Amino acid sequence: MANELSTNFSEIIQFIVINIGDEQYGIDIKYIDNIVRMQNITRVPKVPCYLKGVINLRGEVIPVMSLRLKMDLEDDEITKDTRIIIIKLDQHEPIGIIVDSVREVVNIDMSLVEKVGLENRDDTSYVQGIGKQGEALISLLDLNAVLQE
Amino acid sequence: MDVSQYLDIFLDEAKEHLQNLNTQVLELEQDSENMDTINEIFRAAHSLKGMAGTMGYKRMQTLTHDMENVFSEVRTGNIKVNAGMIDVLFQCLDALEEYIGNIQDSADEGENDNEHLIKELNHILETMGGEEAPSAEAPAAESTVAEAPADNAMEKWSQIELKADDKKRVEEAAAAGKNIYGVTVYVQESCLLKAARAFLVFKAIEESGEIICANPAVQDIEDERFGFDFSLIISSDAELDKVLKSIKEISEIADAFGGVYEEEVAEETEEGEDAGQEIVAVKNEVAKKEPASAPSKNTEKKSGNKPQVNRTVRVDIEKLNVLMNLVSELIIAKNSLVSSATTTENNQAFNEQIEYLESVTTNLHESVMKVRMVPIESVVNKFPRMIRDLSKQLGKQMELYMSGEETELDRTVVDEIGDPLMHLLRNSADHGLESAEVRMERGKPVSGSIFLDAYQEGNNVVIEVRDDGNGIDTEKVRQKAIDRGIMTPEQAAAASDDEIISLLFLPSFSTAKQVSDVSGRGVGLDVVKSKIEALSGEVEVKTKLGEGTTFTVRLPLTLAIIQALMVVVGNEKYAISLGNIQTIEDIEPGEIKTVQSREVIHLRGTVIPIIRLENVLDVESTRNPEENMVVVIVKKGDKLAGLVIDELIGQQEIVIKSMGKYINKCKFISGATILGDGEIALILDANALF
Repeated sequence: MANELSTNFSEIIQFIVINIGDEQYGIDIKYIDNIVRMQNITRVPKVPCYLKGVINLRGEVIPVMSLRLKMDLEDDEITKDTRIIIIKLDQHEPIGIIVDSVREVVNIDMSLVEKVGLENRDDTSYVQGIGKQGEALISLLDLNAVLQE
Repeated sequence: MDVSQYLDIFLDEAKEHLQNLNTQVLELEQDSENMDTINEIFRAAHSLKGMAGTMGYKRMQTLTHDMENVFSEVRTGNIKVNAGMIDVLFQCLDALEEYIGNIQDSADEGENDNEHLIKELNHILETMGGEEAPSAEAPAAESTVAEAPADNAMEKWSQIELKADDKKRVEEAAAAGKNIYGVTVYVQESCLLKAARAFLVFKAIEESGEIICANPAVQDIEDERFGFDFSLIISSDAELDKVLKSIKEISEIADAFGGVYEEEVAEETEEGEDAGQEIVAVKNEVAKKEPASAPSKNTEKKSGNKPQVNRTVRVDIEKLNVLMNLVSELIIAKNSLVSSATTTENNQAFNEQIEYLESVTTNLHESVMKVRMVPIESVVNKFPRMIRDLSKQLGKQMELYMSGEETELDRTVVDEIGDPLMHLLRNSADHGLESAEVRMERGKPVSGSIFLDAYQEGNNVVIEVRDDGNGIDTEKVRQKAIDRGIMTPEQAAAASDDEIISLLFLPSFSTAKQVSDVSGRGVGLDVVKSKIEALSGEVEVKTKLGEGTTFTVRLPLTLAIIQALMVVVGNEKYAISLGNIQTIEDIEPGEIKTVQSREVIHLRGTVIPIIRLENVLDVESTRNPEENMVVVIVKKGDKLAGLVIDELIGQQEIVIKSMGKYINKCKFISGATILGDGEIALILDANALF
């Protein structure tokens, strides 16, 4: 499994580190279109519970998803730190992801990313590897899996 | 020269010409003596040939060339139009359509030479050969004039016919030691001021020489009465390369071709005058005999076609979409100004300006919408031809009567509406109309009638496809539903005729006993329905056994901005398209009755089922159950339903925004809109609630 990543040999990728509960997650910066403050979300009926609804982002209607609910954690508690990260994947419409807070931007050396210890976690399917930043461990999100319906 | 960039324009225009040909040949079939029609056919075939030649589509060019020959004989009265010829012509048009289709798919015309068609065309020409003699020159000349661009497609100057005094000037200039060149200049298709560019070309040429002759005439060029090219015969001291270079340096000139104008050509033709057989010779002979008429014919041709080109601008639909989006943004901004104006202190001047802004945005919206509107003509034009073919194919006599072809619809809708309408017409022709014998028995005219009527009704466009045929046999449909296991015999017996008819729109439900070439494969009405619903339209059937069937297609004028009623359900705001709403009623809770475990109200003699929106939308109602309820009566075709809401906000112009595929799983939410305060309200599709 580690071989898969060795193709990115000593490649440095910038990640934005977000918090969900006590856990730190990294989102590849190239997929991030925008980060906005929490705003009023219009509920859409008859959709999975992790889809919170839609927001108005400068005239565009953008769906918003709760990462917590998608990962089967408890529902979001909205604070002043809560943010919506607008993700834009290739061939995918933009979508917002609610996170507890946004911490910082880090450079992660992809050759040092490990996939060990993932087997025992609940969120395995959404994490593509563990990046190290000093002492801290950052779970790197696999956005394709997260946005998978 | 790389012509790929002209491919789109070529396709557009070729389709236009082909459609025109179809219409005209059809007319010719009705009235074979009509000279206007014949001339129009000749012109269209000629243009098509020229275009195909320019683009290097040889097969297409050959076929149109031979067609043109036939038309030119018809034009001179040497050949009389007959049914066999019309059939061949239609086959040719189909072949051309195939070429164009291939070109559209692969930029290549394909391998089909259509030799049999060319043979048949030649056969028509040959069999009439005996009568050809008296005026053989003129038609032959016609075809050769037309042939010239084919031989040397880009250097059109070679087909300029010099008048006597022009010739003299050529001779004089040559005697004076000047070079005589022929030049063809191509102006970029995007050029806005063609005449100005042409003027610059003239000026560039006149720096070193003189223009002897132009095609079209200099006056026409200056008046912008030319396509995207013009040809000149010039005398000059400079070298050809230099002249061409100076022309090409002028901006918006796509290209210029030139060559030394050979006097020998002229001389040779003079020699050939006697021969009369040689093609080149005949051409010049005519030019000599009718020095004035040939060029004037040319300009007439041009002026017949070109003004349309000048009056309209082809705009990429994408650009219009961008414009429409911007207008939508403006309306949203305006709405938010309006809503903040009502909350702030009364300031008269401010309010006046807001009202002014409102009227400007509304007008702007209407204008942009109008730009996007095209007549449905472009779609329905091909139907007469189709019905004609169907008539032959099915061995039934039928006539198509159309009205309202000028009715306009949003371009995106028009593009999509062709197929469903075609299905409906085929359906009428195949299933609807009875055979001649049956019709006679029933005392109907032998020839069946199919009507296609389009008209605007409020914010909708209605297209009706009607026939005077057999109508839908509901008993047969019932039986079929039972056979297919769609309904139990009990259900079928209990179902109303309307319910039975709606079965026809189910996938794979065809009542034709035999699968014919035309329809009856069971892919028809269900496709029609889904396609029309995808355009936010609806389709409705009315039928009377023995008298005929009417399909009514109702389409919204535009897809982007609608008038809507804003309502509140459980603290959430929703928009319902005004087009769906019949009335709004105030209902006492006690008036609600239960029939077959469904809630209904009895309103002015009609029983209307009630839909409690809070249940559908999974919200808690904020309404006091003791109080009167606001019920919005919506209609879908003949059916009515009452939507129970909590509160009315009012009418508003809303911009429909797509929510994206990710979240739009809910079938009765058709989109979202942004309100004046920046909040989002969902749009309820009342049709999906039934």
